[in-house]
Amino acid sequence: MNEKKSIGEIEDEIVEEFSLFDSWDDKYEYIIDLGKKLPKLEDQFKKDENKVKGCQSTVWLVADYRDGSVYYKAESDAVIVKGLISMLIRVLSGQSADDIVNARLEFIREIGMMTHLAQTRSNGLLSMVKQMKNYALAYKLKHTG
Amino acid sequence: MISSPTIKNSFDVYAIREQFPVLRREVKDKQLVYFDNAATTQKPQLVIDALVNYYTGYNANIHRGIHTLAEEATAAYEATRDAVQKYINAAGREQIIFTKGTTEGINLVAQTWGRQNIKAGDEVIVSAMEHHSNIVPWYILCAEKSAVLKVIPINENGELQLDEFEKLLTGKTKIVAVNHVSNALGTVNPVKTIISKAHRAGAVVLVDGAQSAVHLDIDVQDLDCDFFSFSSHKLYGPTGVGVLYGKKDLLESMPPYQGGGEMIKDVYFDHITWNDLPYKFEAGTPNIADTIAFKAALDFTNSLGKENIRRHENELLAYATNLLEQIPGLRIIGKAKEKVSVISFVIENIHPQDMGILLDNRGIAVRTGHHCAQPLMNCYSIPGTTRASFALYNTKEEIDLLITGINKAIKMLS
Repeated sequence: MNEKKSIGEIEDEIVEEFSLFDSWDDKYEYIIDLGKKLPKLEDQFKKDENKVKGCQSTVWLVADYRDGSVYYKAESDAVIVKGLISMLIRVLSGQSADDIVNARLEFIREIGMMTHLAQTRSNGLLSMVKQMKNYALAYKLKHTG
Repeated sequence: MISSPTIKNSFDVYAIREQFPVLRREVKDKQLVYFDNAATTQKPQLVIDALVNYYTGYNANIHRGIHTLAEEATAAYEATRDAVQKYINAAGREQIIFTKGTTEGINLVAQTWGRQNIKAGDEVIVSAMEHHSNIVPWYILCAEKSAVLKVIPINENGELQLDEFEKLLTGKTKIVAVNHVSNALGTVNPVKTIISKAHRAGAVVLVDGAQSAVHLDIDVQDLDCDFFSFSSHKLYGPTGVGVLYGKKDLLESMPPYQGGGEMIKDVYFDHITWNDLPYKFEAGTPNIADTIAFKAALDFTNSLGKENIRRHENELLAYATNLLEQIPGLRIIGKAKEKVSVISFVIENIHPQDMGILLDNRGIAVRTGHHCAQPLMNCYSIPGTTRASFALYNTKEEIDLLITGINKAIKMLS
C-alpha cells in the first residue's frame, strides 16, 4: 500500500473529481453510482443500536478501532445517501481518531452537497457525520484515558 | 379596500399565476414547479400587500387603544373574524377563535374540553389516517386521564371503514377526532355521517379541517360538528394563524386555555372573571398582521369561486393520476372514490427521498416521507411516499414536467 493519504488530500481529490461535472444531473449520476457500488452491510449489523435515524431515510453505521485508526462500515435504504456515505467513508475510514474528530469536511460544501447536511430533519446524513465523530471521540478517550 | 383584479367569471390559470410572485422564481436553473401545496400554499400579491399595508399604515395593538391606528387595526382584525364566520357558515362570530394554526386548535380542545370531560376509562376515537397533530394531543390526554385511545381502521383504498367505526362507538366514547381530508392520501372522509353516528352515541366530534378548508365548501352548521380546526397558510394566507370553531355552549362551558391579557374581564388576586367568547380563548396580543392578511386570502379564494377552483384542481388530479398510472412500477397510495388534488405514490425499489432529491434537482417541489402520519404508513407497510399536491395555480404543463422528472429519476436510480 502507498503512504496513507490525509483527510485533506482525499477531500481535494473528491473536489477535483466533481469539478469535471458540468451539470447537477452528472453529479447525481456519479453519487448514485457510488451508492450502488457501496458494499452491503452484513445483516447482523442492521440492528436498532446501529441505526442513525433521520426523518426519511435510515442509515446503519458501525465502527471498528485498529492500530490507532478508526474504520467505518455503513449503509442506507436510500441510494443518494449511500453515495454520500461512500464518500464519507473514503475520507474518514482508516484515519486517526484525532484527525476524524477535527475533520471539517469542507468538500461537502465545495461539491455542492451541503443541502444534504443542512436538512437535518430529512435525512440521516448529518446525524451520521456526528455519529462518526462520536465513535472517533469515544475511541480516543478510551485509548488515551 | 383592495379588490381582486380581472379574473371573475372565467378561470384563467395563467392570469392567476401572475398574482403569485414566488411562482416566477427559478430553482436549480429551472422554472419552479410547486407541488407541495398540501404542506403550505404560496401567497398571492394581495395577501403580501395586506401584510405590508398593515405594517406601513396602521400597526397598533388591538382592542384597547382609543387612538385612530388602534381603531383601524381592531376593525381590520375583527373583519377577518367576520370573513371566517361567513367562509365556514358559523352561526355566530364569537364562535370563531383565532389560534396559531390547526395544531393549536386541536390542543386547545384536548387541554380544555378534554381535561374537563375525560375521565379514567373513557374513550377517544381517532382514525388511522390522522396527521400526528390529531393523534398526539389525544394520546397525551388519554395518558394523563387513563383513558383509552381507539382507532378507526382504513381499507386498501385509503377509506375509513365506517362499519368498524360503529363498533368502536360505546357509551364511554366521549370524543371522536377525525380529519375531513387526509393530508397523505387526499381521501375526503364522510365526516357528516361520522358526526351523526357519534352524536347518537353521545360523543362530540372535532373535525381537523387543515386539508379540507382550501378545497371544499365548509358549512359547520350543516356538518353539525362540535369543533372545526384549520389553518390560514394552507389556504393562500400567512403562516401563524388558524381558526378554531366551536359550538357556543361547548365553548362557554370550557375553561380558558391560556391566561393573560385580553382573556379576562376583572382580575383580583383572589378571583378572576373570564372575558366573553371569543376573547376568553385569545390570551395576549394576537398575530394581528397575519390575521388581517388572512382575510385577503379568503377574499381572493371567494372571488375565484370554490366551485371553479375545485373544477380546475379535479382536472389536474385526473390528468396526473392517469399519467402516473402509466409509469411501470408506480403504485398510487390512496385510491378513495372521493379525493382532493393530492397524489401519494411509491415506486418499486426506489426510496421516496431519492425521488424527492432528483425532482428538486429539476426545480420540482414535492413532499417525500411519512407526511407526519407514521401510523398510516405502517398500515401500508411503507416507510413513506412521494406526494404531489396541486393548487389553483398549477397547470397540466407542470404535471408533464413532473412525469418527465419521475421517468428521468427512475432511469438514473435503476
